[in-house]
Amino acid sequence: MIDEIIGLYNYWVVIFLMMTGFYVVIASTNLVKKIIGLNIFQTSVFILYITMGKVADGTAPILEEGITSYSNPLPHVLILTAIVVGVATTAVGLALVVRIKEAYDTIEEDEIHDQDDSL
Amino acid sequence: MNHTLLRTMTQLLIAPIMVFALYVQFHGDFGPGGGFQAGVIFAAAVILYGIVFGIRAAKKAIPDGILRAMAAFGVLLYGGVGVATMLLGGRYLEYGVLAHDPVHGQHYGIILVELGVGIAVASVMILIFYAFASRGEPDDR
Amino acid sequence: MDNLAVIQVLLPLLSAPLCLLFNKARLAWMIAVVVSWAALFVSLSLLVMVNDNGPIIYEQGGWPAPIGIVYHVDILTAFVLLIVTSIAAVVMPYAGKSVEKEIPVSKQPAFFSALLLCMAGLLGIVSTGDAFNVFVFLEISSLATYALLSQGKDRRSLTSTFQYLIMGTIGGTFILIGIGLIYMKTGTLNMADLADRLPAVFDSRTVHASFAFLTVGICLKLALFPLHLWLPNAYTYAPSVVTIFVAATSTKVAVYMLLRFSFTVFGVDLVFAKLPLTEVLLPLAIVGILVGSLAAIKQSNIKRMLAYSSVAQIGYMILGISFVSASGLTGGILHLFNHAIIKAALFMALGAVAYQIGSTHIDALKGLAKKMPWTFAGFAIGGLSIIGVPLTAGFVSKWYLVLAAIEKEWWIVVAVLLVGSLLAVIYIWRVVEVAYFQTADDESDIQVKEAPLQLLIPLWILVIANIYFGINTSLTVESASSAATMLLGANS
Repeated sequence: MIDEIIGLYNYWVVIFLMMTGFYVVIASTNLVKKIIGLNIFQTSVFILYITMGKVADGTAPILEEGITSYSNPLPHVLILTAIVVGVATTAVGLALVVRIKEAYDTIEEDEIHDQDDSL
Repeated sequence: MNHTLLRTMTQLLIAPIMVFALYVQFHGDFGPGGGFQAGVIFAAAVILYGIVFGIRAAKKAIPDGILRAMAAFGVLLYGGVGVATMLLGGRYLEYGVLAHDPVHGQHYGIILVELGVGIAVASVMILIFYAFASRGEPDDR
Repeated sequence: MDNLAVIQVLLPLLSAPLCLLFNKARLAWMIAVVVSWAALFVSLSLLVMVNDNGPIIYEQGGWPAPIGIVYHVDILTAFVLLIVTSIAAVVMPYAGKSVEKEIPVSKQPAFFSALLLCMAGLLGIVSTGDAFNVFVFLEISSLATYALLSQGKDRRSLTSTFQYLIMGTIGGTFILIGIGLIYMKTGTLNMADLADRLPAVFDSRTVHASFAFLTVGICLKLALFPLHLWLPNAYTYAPSVVTIFVAATSTKVAVYMLLRFSFTVFGVDLVFAKLPLTEVLLPLAIVGILVGSLAAIKQSNIKRMLAYSSVAQIGYMILGISFVSASGLTGGILHLFNHAIIKAALFMALGAVAYQIGSTHIDALKGLAKKMPWTFAGFAIGGLSIIGVPLTAGFVSKWYLVLAAIEKEWWIVVAVLLVGSLLAVIYIWRVVEVAYFQTADDESDIQVKEAPLQLLIPLWILVIANIYFGINTSLTVESASSAATMLLGANS
């Protein structure tokens, strides 16, 4: 029981971050906060990937004399790609927020809904 | 920003940041590093300059027309290496065919591809910064 | 010749920066047209090659499968590639005129660049044989789609795109989690390798969770009912060209992902025997058909009406998948193609209307059929096809779905299919009635003329395709049924 809580602590971090991010996306009405929530949500997945790349007693995956055990570099590479995707998504999202601010003069979701009641 | 300390420190920092970016770029096929990281570090130098000395000064140093072309060029360089290997009879991005010695070919291939990635990432990052920072400026298109 | 598998994706991917580099609106459009036709030619040759010699496995960089990234083109892949490229090949010529009116000249090169990137992403998702690559290409196409959708003239395009961005990114991240969990369990990302290694560990909770994440993520992307909320607004306020292209291709590619992951990667035997996938998909598909069609009837903006009709039509495709039988899958896969050409034709007709009168509201259409006879004849035939009248493409796929339902003796499903068609009659009839049998309120807009030929010719190519594939079904049905057999036999 204790092992599950302490031994798997990085998974608990992942779950905590994931739920925090998800909650912020759903609960906040401010569009910028929604994007921040989305970022936290994505970051939790990055940590999930990095966690699975760790090999017990493994060092950084750089070829060196006298070292036999390396961490798995593949998840790092994958997550580098995912980080880039995350940056791009954030940029597009923030660009949309800027345009929304210019068009509606607010970035509060409920005030936008009041302005055109179609959504 | 008119703070002397900030201005001086920035002037001192920008060159080392750029050199470090180039180190990460060209050391990328031996150790940790590569185009993504190098591009972002390089962009960070320009963005720092833009924050401290103003967006106009940054745009004067690196105009966004050139950045747009550079972004497209970076992607084309990366893809062009792949097309070149196909024309030389290999598979897409099979660097071995780029030189007589396949090992040399691998080196050329990865350096060119990483260079393409680096150029594209750096210019796109700076472009994103320009796009946000110059919103609402009078010279904004 | 094997290089064609990668050239298919490279063509739009590398021409996108070219559009940006030259930065000339007309030139960008011409590049897009040439590239889309070349891509169509490539996908046709791939289909022929796959038909003759079996699947193509293309090793990028010459690295063999589990180490390198492979492109895997089999009959289903080639069929979906054909859907995407043929829609692109008719949309791009159409875009020349339509974009002129809806996008400012300075933004046009970037617009075409994004359109080509979106296409490259979709083609990449379909042809790759690597699970992580699916995510990368998915995000390429999604990001391009967000940029495109937000270019609508109405400011509501911004808020609806933002909504899609949030939901789409959550969907994409779910897919990323799913891929991560199966990688954790199997240590590979190659789809063929995954299919080999997953059965041994299938009963673990990690794999089940992974499948759940993947399914929910993909269903968000394909807008299966209750996850469809982003779709109607996003389609309604986007520029016409974007609506046509995205409606006709991106949801189809998402359906392809669902097929690929649940049938090939996880294995049809295990997924449908051990996990309640049919029990989840079938009710959602049925509710989706009914709710989508009913909502379509209520809409006063015709573009929005067609968007809701898309939600219903996606229900048909998912219904076909949930049968897990040869005829059901054939119907579902066939509907990917047929719905693509139907919806593209309908949205093109609307795009022509928007080009001429600048509105797609139902009141604006009064008596318009007399002034724009060819556009509305095209709309009417597309409408017949979506209803599923014999001798149109829509009939063929619905016929297979009904057959599959009768085979399984699921009479309720048969009833739902018929009710769905009846509801389609109602919403299509509303438009036809207004356009043909009502007269315009004021005669001031009497000078409305027929749409220019550049819009009419692509529209009529699709309308004729609707009739042709309703009569001569050999190409589509053969490809779809061999794809269905391949999916069902993949792991048995």
